[in-house]
Amino acid sequence: MTGRFEPNIVGILCNWCSYTGADLAGVARIKYPANIKIVRVMCTGRVDPAFVLKAFKEGADGVLVSGCHPGSCHYVDGNIKMMRREPLLSAMLEQLGIEGTRFKLVWVSASEGERFAKIVAEMTEEIRRLGPLTIKEGEQVG
Amino acid sequence: MQEKIGVYICHCGSNIAATVDVERVAKEAGGWDQVAVARDYKYMCSDPGQELIKKDIRELGLSRVVVAACSPRMHEPTFRRALEQAGINGYLLEMANIREQCSWISMDDHASTAKAISLTRAAVRRVVHHRPIHEREVPVNNATMVVGGGISGIQAALQIAQAGYPVYLIEREPSIGGHMAKFDKTFPTMDCAACILTPKMVSVNQDPNIKLLTCSEVVHVDGYVGNFKVKVKKRPRYVEEHLCTGCGDCESACILKGKILSEFDMGLSKRSAAYIPFPQAVPLKAVIDAKNCLMLTKGKCSKACAKACQREAINFSQQEEVIDLEVGSIILATGYDLFDPTQGPQWGYGTYDNVLTGLQFERMTNASGPTQGKILMKDGREPRRVAIMHCIGSRDENYHKHCSRVCCMSSVKFAHLVKEKLDAEVYEFYIDMRTFGKQYEEFYNRVQEEGVNFIRGKAAEVTEIDGQLTVRAEDTLLGAYREIPVDMVILNTALVPRHDTDKVSQIFGVSRSADGFFLESHIKLDPVTTTTDGIHLAGCCQSPKDIPDSVAQGSAAAAQSLAVIATGKVKISPITASIDQEFCAGCKMCIGGCPFKAITFNEDAKVSTVNQAVCKGCGTCGAICPSGAIAIAHFSDQQIFAQIEGVCSQ
Repeated sequence: MTGRFEPNIVGILCNWCSYTGADLAGVARIKYPANIKIVRVMCTGRVDPAFVLKAFKEGADGVLVSGCHPGSCHYVDGNIKMMRREPLLSAMLEQLGIEGTRFKLVWVSASEGERFAKIVAEMTEEIRRLGPLTIKEGEQVG
Repeated sequence: MQEKIGVYICHCGSNIAATVDVERVAKEAGGWDQVAVARDYKYMCSDPGQELIKKDIRELGLSRVVVAACSPRMHEPTFRRALEQAGINGYLLEMANIREQCSWISMDDHASTAKAISLTRAAVRRVVHHRPIHEREVPVNNATMVVGGGISGIQAALQIAQAGYPVYLIEREPSIGGHMAKFDKTFPTMDCAACILTPKMVSVNQDPNIKLLTCSEVVHVDGYVGNFKVKVKKRPRYVEEHLCTGCGDCESACILKGKILSEFDMGLSKRSAAYIPFPQAVPLKAVIDAKNCLMLTKGKCSKACAKACQREAINFSQQEEVIDLEVGSIILATGYDLFDPTQGPQWGYGTYDNVLTGLQFERMTNASGPTQGKILMKDGREPRRVAIMHCIGSRDENYHKHCSRVCCMSSVKFAHLVKEKLDAEVYEFYIDMRTFGKQYEEFYNRVQEEGVNFIRGKAAEVTEIDGQLTVRAEDTLLGAYREIPVDMVILNTALVPRHDTDKVSQIFGVSRSADGFFLESHIKLDPVTTTTDGIHLAGCCQSPKDIPDSVAQGSAAAAQSLAVIATGKVKISPITASIDQEFCAGCKMCIGGCPFKAITFNEDAKVSTVNQAVCKGCGTCGAICPSGAIAIAHFSDQQIFAQIEGVCSQ
């Protein structure tokens, strides 16, 4: 590998839409950066903001949460609940000095392999430009 | 407690091993805390691969297993079974997805290997926190819902009904029959479509096990395999089905008689606002077209239809109904739309007279069609030269990339019908001739001998030169550009996904493939089921098919549904929430958050409790609970935290 910065991105994906969509990107052999590592949850409704904070605490440079499009949640409206958590979580991350581009909430359906690959490629590039996440000494996260 | 973890890295032939250094992953894993053994193997899912795991569990006393291979959506059940067979709980397994989300997407071997190590490490960290959990069994409702009353839906419904189980057949149109009911003859035997289809349609109506709902659409689906709850919206027919005898008196009396384009005749004839869809319609009941009927649109009409009806079956005050159904499995047989050739002005459809679609030609050549089976131009003369154009909208980068499969054969059939009925020259413009089915090539040979001109080259344009319809094409066998004057053009249009496939896919929670059709579980080995258990596919909603294949898939889908019924029980995931009463503060936040009303409040103990039978394991309550009192089986905070630590540690 070259000496350029390779961000480590944690993806937290719902089982029914986005995880399947990510699988589809693979099945279709769509190439995208290997920087994202995916953690599966059944629903984005399960995504406790603490998961996102934990990832940053453990050294992730970015966190992508992805679920079903609004209206197509396997569990009625878990994705809507995640959507409601997002503004508060984003505000909190900002206060912690974590730039907005490092955390994204998106919707990817099971048939949107191409869209998933595109989102990951863009996010990887944005965070690569931003550089590694540095949390100042003495600051506590999570 | 110290666990003994076995880690198994799959090569998947070269699918993983070509880009991931599997031996290195195994070597690294061998050095991690609590890992007792780490191996790589050609095919972990094969019998010897599974045996390797089972032998290690027995001989090394493994307490946890990590398999780094394909997506858990593919083989998690396989490996869970292997663990159970070796005597440990199947949920003590964790899979690392190093194929779909690693080897197949990466451009760089070094990055793939590093990612595979990271994902495997995360799985090892996570599996330490796994706990044995057990699947629950619930009874299965023995009714099936078939959505779509075309040939494949009819076949599926009849098959299940014959086996003695109840079927609800839901049809959007006023009659079943689908596209096949509009066809004239069927290739390669030239049986008349109605002659082979209508007996099946009648059987549907007569079978006591089949409840047919026409003018109906599914609007909501809830539940899971074995226990689906469905809402069906039934549009008013404005004719009481139990009174109507299908005599057609209303149709003759309607003051809009001969004013509305007939859908059944593809706009080649005109009908009334009160009408019977076609002579063999099932159910043979009149329907009033709410979009055109003067009484229903303007509230002003002499109501000639109602006066003509001796049975007093016409009821303008009929209302839309919502019907609740409970079924164990669902068969989607929603069919296809035909590509709209006005999307390509080069084909001249809608611009020039005598440019027809294939389905319009089917109606024209049908003895009960608008011209009583005569092939006629708009001016009433018989054409002397007919062009048949393949691949209109299919195999075309500008429209649809897929091959519609049936058009080569139906084009050959059209050529035969023209030759049979007229003394006319026929020109077929094709890209490749795909006559793949049983007796298809033989039929093609026969039609070649009838003197049809087959021109290899897609027709580029239909135009008019000095008032003469002309087809422009490149003849790739001659290597020449040709302009062929003709009297009639038949555009054989692509079979494309239904315009509302997206909405339907959301209602049923099934996915779509890149071509827009419904996605099957496996394109080769499981083309009938979907990734939603209990929802099966039949016919052209999965991909374009000819009649034999649609019928075969209809039967296959029926077999899938019968298998659900025959087992009598379905296993329900043990992934559910539970509340630790010691920590519950009784704030009731989780109760409001649960989408399934699975959580209730115990007034005596002042704590919330989860009804395990209703809980579907989404985990939303776990994220909501401010006291951390809710644990989600198999997706606990510890498990997810450990996995996050795993992917973050370098």
